[in-house]
Amino acid sequence: MSELQDLYQEVILDHNRTPRNFGSLEGPHREADGHNPLCGDRLRVFLRVTGDQIEALRFVGSGCAISKASASLMTDALKGRSTAEALRLVETFTAMITSAPDTPVPDGIGKLAALAGVREFPVRVKCATLAWHTFKAALDASSEAAGEVTTE
Amino acid sequence: MADTELHPTPSLDVEGLRADFPILARPVHGKRLVYLDNAATTQKPVQVLEAIDRYYRESNANIHRSAHWLAEQATRLYEDARIDVARFLNAREAAEIVFTRGCTESINLVAHGFASERLGPGDEIVVSWLEHHSNIVPWQLACQRSGATLRVVPIDDRGDIVLEELAAAIGERTRLVAISAMSNALGTITPLDEVIRLAHARDVPVLVDAAQAAPHLPLDVQALDCDFLAFSAHKMYGPTGIGALYAKRSLLEALPPYQGGGEMIASVTFERTTYAEIPHRFEAGTPNIAGVVGFGAAVRYLSAIDRDALAAHEDALVAYATERLDAIPGLRIVGRARRKAAVVSFVSELAHPHDIGTILDRDGVAIRTGHHCAQPIMDRYGIPATARASFGLYNGRDDVDALADGLAGVARIFG
Repeated sequence: MSELQDLYQEVILDHNRTPRNFGSLEGPHREADGHNPLCGDRLRVFLRVTGDQIEALRFVGSGCAISKASASLMTDALKGRSTAEALRLVETFTAMITSAPDTPVPDGIGKLAALAGVREFPVRVKCATLAWHTFKAALDASSEAAGEVTTE
Repeated sequence: MADTELHPTPSLDVEGLRADFPILARPVHGKRLVYLDNAATTQKPVQVLEAIDRYYRESNANIHRSAHWLAEQATRLYEDARIDVARFLNAREAAEIVFTRGCTESINLVAHGFASERLGPGDEIVVSWLEHHSNIVPWQLACQRSGATLRVVPIDDRGDIVLEELAAAIGERTRLVAISAMSNALGTITPLDEVIRLAHARDVPVLVDAAQAAPHLPLDVQALDCDFLAFSAHKMYGPTGIGALYAKRSLLEALPPYQGGGEMIASVTFERTTYAEIPHRFEAGTPNIAGVVGFGAAVRYLSAIDRDALAAHEDALVAYATERLDAIPGLRIVGRARRKAAVVSFVSELAHPHDIGTILDRDGVAIRTGHHCAQPIMDRYGIPATARASFGLYNGRDDVDALADGLAGVARIFG
């Protein structure tokens, strides 16, 4: 039961129940769709970049608790950062989530550490990374054309 | 099955059958393995494993060519399995059985032949909303190549095909009805007799996707009078990578070759090649001989079991699972067809199917979660995915209890 408790920590369950920054974004923005065909998870990430700063970051979609909580935690973690900082955190998070289960969790990732339990469940890693890949696609997208990513 | 309700049925010796499946003795996460993903693939009995092992140890050779003793042995094993499969389906003759890589390839073989010789712009192929992607995509490809159109017969909220819509969909330009005998996502048993009667009344041939039905329902191609029937060994206790296409002799003879190569020819010159007779014309290259041997063993294994008792046992499991799952707050069973077999698909207000699958797995309970390669069905119910428990001949009420108890664990985490 303990690995399940590591996976479904209170932070995860809370962000799954009441996702932060949930909803679309009005006004000029970039967006991208993320799709995990294996389990049917679908996310759309919206962001507005002003100068070099991620001024707004929101998401909509449906999916499992891990994908939803990860998207919610991501929006909290990346909002307000510079794009360079955000991309660095995407790298740090992706490296953490794909590392061996007993690898120490990197410092300074705050609440994102709650997702480390996913490492014990290799088939669920894609659930946790979907929002992050989608964020990168949205950042790469021009304001006209929406990007799309899939885990497959 | 309706018949079994009228007669007292002998009970199935589930414990005895379980002992035939070595993998079921393997603990998962320290728990007894409760394998409820049989609609994806079934486990293999020792009879099948030993047949494959024995083939490689004692009879391995290439078939239909060399004059030596081993080649004769291998050819006989291969062709005997064809006879076993023909008997299993009650085909008129073994020549009506083509070995393929599986149900998907069987359907592609027919779709390929139709696209190149029987379909043109304005022609129509009719499928149902219940189809697995393997009985949708080959027809889409055939339509793209030929200019034909795919027509889809809807299902109702219970998950039953709307027969009036089927009757209306079959018209002057319909060239084939391709329909599943049993839905992998919902468990719906389709009324094949009526479907085939409606199609034949308009001289339209019918292809039956029997991938799911083969391990659960008796299949008699002569009684059904279906024109094509496709299925896979691995969903009926046989090995992966092997399956069969049944086709009536006249239709099989009219189909163009699917792949070219060795085995499928009568003579070859650079100017002209003549093809082998059916069924070899459709078996290009050295086939999966060991797979066919295992397939034959699986067919014999299943045929030795009282099919009425098996159907009654699996029906009772579906009924019991339905009762237990209906009693769980927030849980909703998707698909309540009039006739169902071996599948219970469900969603929960508390948790996404994927989370349910992970939690059950830690209890040793293996179910499938996702769209089950039937995305149109998920769209029909407005859901992205379901959790699906599917039963096989080694499952018992204890497995249903493990499922229901595991679902209580989902409520403990997500409630």
